[in-house]
Amino acid sequence: MKFSSTDNYVATEDLMVAVNGAIALERPLLVKGEPGTGKTVLAHEIAAALGRPLIEWHVKSTTKAQQGLYEYDAVSRLRDSQLGDEKVQNISNYIKKGKLWEAFTAKDNPVLLIDEIDKADIEFPNDLLLELDRMEFHVYETNETIKAKQRPIVIITSNNEKELPDAFLRRCFFHYISFPDRDVMQKIINVHYPNIQNNLVREALNAFYGIRDVPGLKKKPTTSELLDWIKLLMVEDIPPESLRMKEGKDIIPPLYGALLKNEQDVHLFEKLVFLNRQEER
Amino acid sequence: MFTDFFLTLRDAKIPVSLREYLTLLEAMDKGVADYKVDNFYYLARSCLVKDERNLDKFDQVFGKCFEGLELTSEDEEVVAEIPEDWLRSLSERVMTSKEMADIEAMGGFEKLMEELQKRLAEQEKRHEGGSKWIGTGGTSPFGANGYNPEGVSIGQKEGRHGRAVKVWDKRQYKNLDDQIEIGTRNIKVALRRLRRFARDGAATELDLPDTINSTARNAGLLDIKMVPERHNTVKVLILFDIGGSMDYHIRTCEELFSAVRSEFKHLEYFYFHNCLYERLWKDNDRRHVDSIMTWDVLHTYPADYKLIFVGDATMSPYEIAYPGGSVEHWNEEPGNVWLNRILNVYNRSIWLNPVPEEYWQATPTIRDIKRTMRDRMYPLTLDGLDRGIRELAR
Repeated sequence: MKFSSTDNYVATEDLMVAVNGAIALERPLLVKGEPGTGKTVLAHEIAAALGRPLIEWHVKSTTKAQQGLYEYDAVSRLRDSQLGDEKVQNISNYIKKGKLWEAFTAKDNPVLLIDEIDKADIEFPNDLLLELDRMEFHVYETNETIKAKQRPIVIITSNNEKELPDAFLRRCFFHYISFPDRDVMQKIINVHYPNIQNNLVREALNAFYGIRDVPGLKKKPTTSELLDWIKLLMVEDIPPESLRMKEGKDIIPPLYGALLKNEQDVHLFEKLVFLNRQEER
Repeated sequence: MFTDFFLTLRDAKIPVSLREYLTLLEAMDKGVADYKVDNFYYLARSCLVKDERNLDKFDQVFGKCFEGLELTSEDEEVVAEIPEDWLRSLSERVMTSKEMADIEAMGGFEKLMEELQKRLAEQEKRHEGGSKWIGTGGTSPFGANGYNPEGVSIGQKEGRHGRAVKVWDKRQYKNLDDQIEIGTRNIKVALRRLRRFARDGAATELDLPDTINSTARNAGLLDIKMVPERHNTVKVLILFDIGGSMDYHIRTCEELFSAVRSEFKHLEYFYFHNCLYERLWKDNDRRHVDSIMTWDVLHTYPADYKLIFVGDATMSPYEIAYPGGSVEHWNEEPGNVWLNRILNVYNRSIWLNPVPEEYWQATPTIRDIKRTMRDRMYPLTLDGLDRGIRELAR
């Protein structure tokens, strides 16, 4: 049972080793990388490739570690007690299972995605140390211990907004998805748009890496932006010739709004193109 | 088995622990790496490095420790001369045309290239056959002048010999090493340390402990209590040095500024030129018309504001020490009087300096201001910012 590239996801060799290592040793895999390089998609693909269900836990700034285990709805129990509801006798009626609980007790060993762990409070990873390490936790209200039947594959993504604590990192495998080079990018495009004309891809990639090389851009376009852009190009039926940059960067590629998401970047780019044109005259 | 490798990693200040080393061995034991060198490299990286800033250091150590692995004698050949056009194309890629023009003005591009080439060649020899790598980071003239903060790095090139470079020798993670690059996002992360939460404003959240408590007191009848949401209450006053020698650092400062702006609710900023005097301004174009008295600033913002200076502290000593020393106007009182005056009000204060720390000793005014700041001067790198913020948050 090994993970490798699938019909719609291109995995580089280092990524495969990291994923397979994490699966073999049953450790969580921490994935970092520029936004838009396919961190979240990775978990979906692993689940699909191994034929396992995927449980997603999207972390927000207000998420607490406890919510991943379970939540005790004290307020509704309080309300029920005022109304004299029978339910109130059994405390487990008010315990809501969290994503981790779901993953631990799922029938088929699932893939658990903890998405954007850095968005949460700085103590969040620390609160999950033991749970992820031993894959068990204790429910105080009902005095039972939930233990994972099989250890789920845990994929954690981070956008680097906060430093993660050392103790947490030590328990994880780590992989940094670096920006794909031209060959890998070509493969990624082929996987997503199999019917695209070859020369359109070539010209689009030229234009794309040209833009990424422009010094001083605030937000460089990444894979997901490139894929969006190519989709637009295909929809609009833009001929490849109009993307070609003669001897440098003298034209603004069509529909560049899909690539540059920041108005300062657009200004900078337009200015550069303008300068290049003047030089040619 | 790889104990030497492990120890060298620790020597290189990569935070690897025994636990991670054991994980690596366990993975080897389970045959994850398939006995292939590349896979072993990927596996080791994934087990031992947990932060992309350390990836570059890891690549270097790996290269050193497993030197000679799968090498043929042909590969051992050292490249001592670096073709000039290659250097040129490299620098053209990393610098904008304006920066190139600046360098040309400073003493000629040719000269600089020559110097760089010489230095690189020397370094190659000193490291003997071993080194595939020359990182000129701090020593390169580019770094020194601050035109190219990343430094220029030269690798064993694919093109020249037409053979593939080993993965770890590509050092593709060099940019992620801290010290060097400081981006808006990174700055925000560093600034987050400054956050201090407090509750005030409208009560919008349910306060469960208090609700339970008062319900119990209420003989079991539900009595709901609310509390206000938590907000960041830190107040920051930033003073930017602007113009003159600071022009070279504008980009870094812009990034710092845009990051702090979105991070704090109470943020006030003012500009000054070279040193602090009796006037500050908010709009640099209208500085002579539309300025504000420094006394007014001192009186307007209470002492619980945290004060951050951003400036290169590079000027003539007279600008600090003598009345009338300012380059722009006649100042009645010397700069250090003003500095001390403002420091007396705001006791949480730091000075961020975009000039690299190793050159501070060479500039007398940097030393002076550092002394006035009681050593609370930090370089404007991620690491420096981090230390500075720690000082502010103490």
